[in-house]
Amino acid sequence: MKNLVILGAGTAGTMMSNHLVSKLPKDEWQITVVDQYKTHYYQPGFLFLPFDIYTTKQVKKKGAKFIPKGVNYINEKIELIQPEENKVQLDNGTELHYDILIIATGTKIAPEEVEGMDGPEWHKSIFDFYTYEGAKALRDKFREWEGGKLVVHITEMPIKCPVAPLEFAFLADSYFKNKGMRDKVDITFVTPLGGAFTKPKATQALHHLLENKGIKEVTDFNIERVDYENNKIIDYAETEVPYDILVTVPTNMGDALIERSGMGDDLNFVPTNKATLQTDDHENIFAIGDATNLPASKAGSVAHFEAEILTENILRYINGEPLKEEFDGHANCFIETGGGKALLIDFNYTHEPVEGTFPFPGVGPLNLLKESRTNHMGKMAFRWIYWNMLIKGIHIPFVSATMSEKGKKFEETEA
Amino acid sequence: MDKTIAQATVSVDQEGYLTDFSQWNKEIGTEIAKEQGIEMTDKHWEVIDYIHDKFKKEEPLSIRGIKKSGVLNIKEFYALFPGGPLKKATMIAGIPKPKSCI
Repeated sequence: MKNLVILGAGTAGTMMSNHLVSKLPKDEWQITVVDQYKTHYYQPGFLFLPFDIYTTKQVKKKGAKFIPKGVNYINEKIELIQPEENKVQLDNGTELHYDILIIATGTKIAPEEVEGMDGPEWHKSIFDFYTYEGAKALRDKFREWEGGKLVVHITEMPIKCPVAPLEFAFLADSYFKNKGMRDKVDITFVTPLGGAFTKPKATQALHHLLENKGIKEVTDFNIERVDYENNKIIDYAETEVPYDILVTVPTNMGDALIERSGMGDDLNFVPTNKATLQTDDHENIFAIGDATNLPASKAGSVAHFEAEILTENILRYINGEPLKEEFDGHANCFIETGGGKALLIDFNYTHEPVEGTFPFPGVGPLNLLKESRTNHMGKMAFRWIYWNMLIKGIHIPFVSATMSEKGKKFEETEA
Repeated sequence: MDKTIAQATVSVDQEGYLTDFSQWNKEIGTEIAKEQGIEMTDKHWEVIDYIHDKFKKEEPLSIRGIKKSGVLNIKEFYALFPGGPLKKATMIAGIPKPKSCI
C-alpha cells in the first residue's frame, strides 16, 4: 500500500482529496488528510460578515462533511515535515510516512509583523477581516459605531484575495449609506501599491469607482508602525494617516510549519514550479493554493484551477510520465462594488484583466470588468457553488482551468 | 523607445526603466539618479550592488527583503532614495520596476 498525504483541509486540500479519491486505485493508495481544525470556513464570506450580509452560520461547516469516504481524515496539529525521510510528524507523536505529499497549508495573517498592530487595541479599534474572529468583532463594532474615520489598509503584498480590501471599502460605503450615516463616515483606502490594484487595467476601473463613492486613496504607503495611542498609522516616509477604526490586512505568511521544516521563503511560502505545481526542492512533494510562492493571486478560484492540473500531474508522476506544464496562473474573481452590484475579472500570469463576457464568448451572462447586478448575483450564488461543487471537486461547467481568450478584448499583454 | 543617457543610447520603457540590462553602466546609473534628484554616494552604490545581486539570482525585490539585506535598514533606504525607494533604486540599477504583481 502506498501513501498520499495532504497537509491542510482548506479549500485546496479538500478539493484535492475529492479529486484524487476517484482517480487513485483504492487497493494501491491510501489517501490521508491532516488538519488541526474541525471547522471548514467559507473564507469569501468573511467579507460579508462585518456588514451583516452573511450570518456566522453561513460561513462555517464541519470539515468532515467534505472529506470523501475512503479518505483517512486526521484532526491533529502538524509538527514537522521531514522531506529527506518522506515523513510527517504530528503533534501527538504520530509519524506519517508518505510516497507523495501535497502541501495545502494556506496562508495566515501575521499582525505581529508590524509594531503596534497586534497590541492592546487589536479587535478593539484595529481589526482584520481575514479571520472569523476578526470579521465577527468588526461586525459588532460597526453595529454600534457612530461614525468617524474608517481606514481600510493593506500592510504588504502578497495577500490572499488582493481585491478583498477594495470590496471591503465599497461595501462599507454602501453599508453606511443604508444606515443613513454615510456623511458621518470618512473612508480612506491605504495601499503599499502605486494604485488601487495589482494590475494596471483593473486599477483604472477601480480608481474611478473609489472616486465616485467618495473613498480617498493613499498609495505607496509602506507601514512602519501603528501608533495605537494616537490612532494613526505611520509609514517609512513619515506619512501619517489618522483613523478611528483601522481595518487592516496584516502581512500574509505561510504556516509556521513550513518555517519549522525549513521549506519556505522569507514569508514561509513554498517555492513551487509555477506551471507544474511540483515543489522546487523535492520531486515527490507538490504544493497548491495559498501555500505556494506562485506569482498568481492567492484565491480559491486559483486553487480550483490548480487542483485540476495538479490531479493530472500526480497521476503522471505516479506513472513516471513527464509533468504537464500547464498552469497559467488563471484567476477569476468577482469584485463586490456595493449597492447590489459587482465586477468580474478574469486574468492569468501574462494577461491583464480585460473587458468582455464570461463564460460564453459574446453572450455572458456575466460582464468582465463592468459593474452589473448579474455579476453580484453570480457572487451570491457562488457560496452555494462553493459548498456543493467547488470543494467537492465537481467540475464547474464551461469554466476551464486555463484561461480562455475568446470573447475578451485584449489590448495589452506583458511578458 | 530609445533615450540618450551619459552619451549612450539605451532603450527604455514608458516610465524610463531600461529594458535591456546589458546596456547599463555606472555612468548611466549616475545620470538616471540625477534625473531623480539623487546624488550617488558609496552607500547608494552598495544598495545598487545588492539589487543587482538579487536581480541576477532572479530573486524578487521587496521592502521586506531590504530588512534582511544586511546592507541597510528600511529607514535608511527611504533616506537614500526618498519617495519610492524601490522604484527609484531599480530605475537607477537599470532593471525592471519590481512588480508586486499578484
